[in-house]
Amino acid sequence: MATYQLNVNGQRKQVNVDPSTPLLWVLREELKMTGTKYGCGISACGACTVHLDGIATRSCVVPVSLVGDRSIVTIESMAADPVGRAVQDAWVDKDVVQCGYCQSGQIMSAVALLNATPKPTDTDIEESMGGNLCRCATYVRIREAIKSASQQIK
Amino acid sequence: MLRYRAAGLAALFVCAFAAWLIVSGAFVHGHDARRTTASRAEGLAAWDQVYSVLTSPRCINCHTATNYPQQGDERHRHFANVVRGPAGKGVPGLNCVSCHQETNADSTGVPGGHNWHLAPLSMRWQDINDQPLSSSAVCRALVDRSKNNGMGGPELLKHNQEEALVLWAWNPGRRPDGSLRTLPPMSHAEFVSATRTWVEGGTPCPQGK
Repeated sequence: MATYQLNVNGQRKQVNVDPSTPLLWVLREELKMTGTKYGCGISACGACTVHLDGIATRSCVVPVSLVGDRSIVTIESMAADPVGRAVQDAWVDKDVVQCGYCQSGQIMSAVALLNATPKPTDTDIEESMGGNLCRCATYVRIREAIKSASQQIK
Repeated sequence: MLRYRAAGLAALFVCAFAAWLIVSGAFVHGHDARRTTASRAEGLAAWDQVYSVLTSPRCINCHTATNYPQQGDERHRHFANVVRGPAGKGVPGLNCVSCHQETNADSTGVPGGHNWHLAPLSMRWQDINDQPLSSSAVCRALVDRSKNNGMGGPELLKHNQEEALVLWAWNPGRRPDGSLRTLPPMSHAEFVSATRTWVEGGTPCPQGK
């Protein structure tokens, strides 16, 4: 076991966990932040996506020992982020969600895309979101919502 | 008598020059045309060793000619729809570093190293059907400064000695099932030694397409 000081959504959090523990489980089990989902555990589905220093990152495969002092941003803080808010509004407006399980990861990847590419093309969206799986197959609505959000971002 | 000696010397010179042409013509020369025939031969032999490492999965999987990296010893397409991106580092939302951290993550089986990225297309060592290029083709690309980021022999040696992702090939960590990833066919020290011999031999490349 080891103690880690984490910067999660702008707040300092201390956890005492095994160094090999994936960040996902630190968030969910230690910090009780359950918005970030467990999907596959091997970075194949994107449900666990968070931002590390602004980079969309699969938290299920990143041991907490490798996080360092990078800022961790999760779905819980997206409502307070201008781009995150625009994406969430577009998600509601386009009625994207079906079962909803993958959607926090989808939104985190979409926000990372829009932060880097405010006016994405269809190809940009397909490539950037290609690692986020949705078993309800809401892909078409996700693409519409990202385009809609891009219109709202200044 | 003097005329015969002069003629003999001239004939000897012509024969020696012809022999040199024949021997040196067996190779496509690299950068340094001042090297001796012997060291060129040693360089060519060393290149074979270098090539065997470059085309091993730990190296060639990220030297693709396609829009994606490969993974595994059978060099299959990288899962999760990972794409090259404009700088070889993936795309926003799906960067290489979305999973690959600064070091291997043995508890989760994801390899990592500093600045994880694909080699540029100019340094592709495969064709678009994912088949390794010939020894000659890889060698020619490697010594072409317009393709290799301006590196000469000493810089190529330094790259193979010190570059983080080159070193990673000999410390590739564990697979998700806990087993160790396979290594290139020789040690890093042997690889560096072979590279040095190849560089000292004038970075010669074998003939062929």
